Amino acid sequence: MSDCHETSASTRVIVREKMPLIALAGQPNVGKSTLFNLLTGLNQHVGNWPGKTVERREGSFIFDDRSYGLVDLPGTYSLTANSPEEVIAREFILRERPDVVVAVVNAANLERSLYLVAELVALPTPIIVALNMMDVAAQEGMRIEPEVLEAALGVPVVPMTATRTAGTRELLRLLRETLDGHRLTNPRQPEIRADHRAALDEITRCIIGHVPEPYPAEWIALKLLEGDAEITRTIQNALPPEKWEAVYAVLRQHDDALLAVASGRYEWIGRMVRAAVVQPRMGQITWTKQLDRWAAHPFWGMAILAGILGLVFWLTFTIGSPVQGWLDTQVVGGLSNLAGQMLANAPFWLKGLIVDGVLGGAGAVITFLPIMVIFFAAFGVLEDTGYMARAAYVMDNLMHLMGLHGKSFLPLFLGFGCNVPAVMGTRVVDSKPARLLTILIAPLVPCTARMAVVAFLAPAFFGPKALLVSWTLVLFSIIILVLSGSLLNQVIFKGQRSAFIMEMPLYHLPNTRTIGLLVWQRSLSFVKKAGTNILAMAVVIWALSVLPNGDFGTSYLIQFGKWVAPVGRWMGLDWRLTVALITSFPAKENSIATLGVIFGSSRTAGLAQTLTSTYSTASALSFLVATMFFIPCMATVAVIRQETNSWGWTLLNIGLFLVISIVAASGVYHLALAVGL
Amino acid sequence: MTPKSNQIPLADLTTGEEGSILFFTGGRSVTTRLASLGFTPGARVDMTQNYGRGPLIVTVRGTQVALGRGEAARIFVERSAG
Repeated sequence: MSDCHETSASTRVIVREKMPLIALAGQPNVGKSTLFNLLTGLNQHVGNWPGKTVERREGSFIFDDRSYGLVDLPGTYSLTANSPEEVIAREFILRERPDVVVAVVNAANLERSLYLVAELVALPTPIIVALNMMDVAAQEGMRIEPEVLEAALGVPVVPMTATRTAGTRELLRLLRETLDGHRLTNPRQPEIRADHRAALDEITRCIIGHVPEPYPAEWIALKLLEGDAEITRTIQNALPPEKWEAVYAVLRQHDDALLAVASGRYEWIGRMVRAAVVQPRMGQITWTKQLDRWAAHPFWGMAILAGILGLVFWLTFTIGSPVQGWLDTQVVGGLSNLAGQMLANAPFWLKGLIVDGVLGGAGAVITFLPIMVIFFAAFGVLEDTGYMARAAYVMDNLMHLMGLHGKSFLPLFLGFGCNVPAVMGTRVVDSKPARLLTILIAPLVPCTARMAVVAFLAPAFFGPKALLVSWTLVLFSIIILVLSGSLLNQVIFKGQRSAFIMEMPLYHLPNTRTIGLLVWQRSLSFVKKAGTNILAMAVVIWALSVLPNGDFGTSYLIQFGKWVAPVGRWMGLDWRLTVALITSFPAKENSIATLGVIFGSSRTAGLAQTLTSTYSTASALSFLVATMFFIPCMATVAVIRQETNSWGWTLLNIGLFLVISIVAASGVYHLALAVGL
Repeated sequence: MTPKSNQIPLADLTTGEEGSILFFTGGRSVTTRLASLGFTPGARVDMTQNYGRGPLIVTVRGTQVALGRGEAARIFVERSAG
């Protein structure tokens, strides 16, 4: 065992020696991801930071026959522990000791984006400043002298425009020179405002010799003054009690120090900017402001958002659905037929396992891809142009009804495509309670799979009124979502609300490379995560539907359906519809396939007529409502578990949806009966 | 600190008005986040959009930042003349 460890440790050292490790740091909206994608291309890997639900992107690239490892640190405005992202970024730099940190800044917004640099220069790692978005700065009429900035900062500065791949070679050359020791960096440090200087020195004196590895003492003193909760805890544990008393006394006297530290950094930035920016931005009204008069307007903003959402749905249904249908009948159907013929003489269980279990499950994943790709692409474009922040902004008021704020709208919107990315997308929500609440209610957003079930059943039962019924169901879902959101907020979260503070980035044209990679990575991770789950569950469900006698009619699944049928009767569902509902757990659209099997018509053509003649309109309506609100599909449950990191929340979620679907469907059923449907 | 008459909450600036930041009331974590986005005492803020209800947009240090009304009520500013 110990051998293993030693081997892996030594390999690691060799890898490090061969391949220098570079970290990309930067605030949000400075083009950091664009630069990362530009350098690594497809040589990148997306995972999670250990124990955190923050995306970790790393990759490698080759320059002049040498390989480099690149880690994309989460985008953060500062390095003070406000969120997991900030802690990850600074812990990585301090513990993993990358050979160089490339700090990406926005040339068109130096004052703000140098703030992170002001924090990075206090850490003991060499840094290079990538002065990105030079094109935007030029468009805004600004003139910046990189050499002057370099001299003022005391660290190398490379002007670049990552969206046009301008400046990357210079950056790489500078990286190599820095790694080879040909470039010595000697950053100018920001100073704390004079009235707090003595306090900083005093704290540094008290803690020196007690600071745990790998933290520099002066940096710790600064973070203590800033009131960083995590560092405060660490130092309180590390210091002998009397020393901590002394430190605490100083901190109490200077409880406004965090503003003094921040002001000190902005003074430092001010000096850099005054030196390097020869011609500041002109006071012209930018097109961002022009567009925002409409896009961020309380009324027109909503109208534009509704229009954009409509367009995305239209694209999904006009392009996605036909492709989905084609994949289903031609590719999956073809494969099933082929496998069926090849396995004609195989034992029935092998044939069933492969055709119904494996191919059925894989088919569900594959046929979903077109819709996911369209959604990811549309989302990527909206994100990359800067529009998403406007959508969050105009939705803020409405989200307040649920104790949430605008940022929670984005993942909920993703839910219309699929609830899986919606749950994953809640990572943009910056407070934990708000994020948990968003995860809880996200599956109430009707996804395309549920809409597919509706699209199949509604025309059969409601004829020309099908569209009206479908839209009413969507509206009903949204009302239930708002109601449960505000109720849960009161009951579980006691009405607390997190702060809404969000940068509104400048609009810019979308970058096809960034969006392409985004779509590729998200689709890949969907196929991997959802795919394996759905496949496994499809096999289990198939087994339950043939065991113990190899016959569906007497299978465990049917027995279970009959056993829970009394609950189904409240909703006006017989055991067949109840079983169909239960089998919608692996994938929502399964319920149609199940009904097909139960009614013995393998192809769905005749099924619609059979169903209309079997069930009353009230039962059909109830079934649709139950389908809309039933337990989130397996893949969604899996990511809820992954993102909340808790079985308690996952089970609460399942229970919640079970209750909502039973109550809503029973209500609708009895109401429908009362009005004579 | 109790606000004086020339000290108004940021949320009271109307669209197009300017002010300079005086102090913050409320939690430390919100103040830290605001400070890292450029809201520090003495910094100039332009009210870019304020419809009197709902969130608002201010420009600080060349960046547009959306704030909830609650957050904007905790930042005190001095309205600039003119």
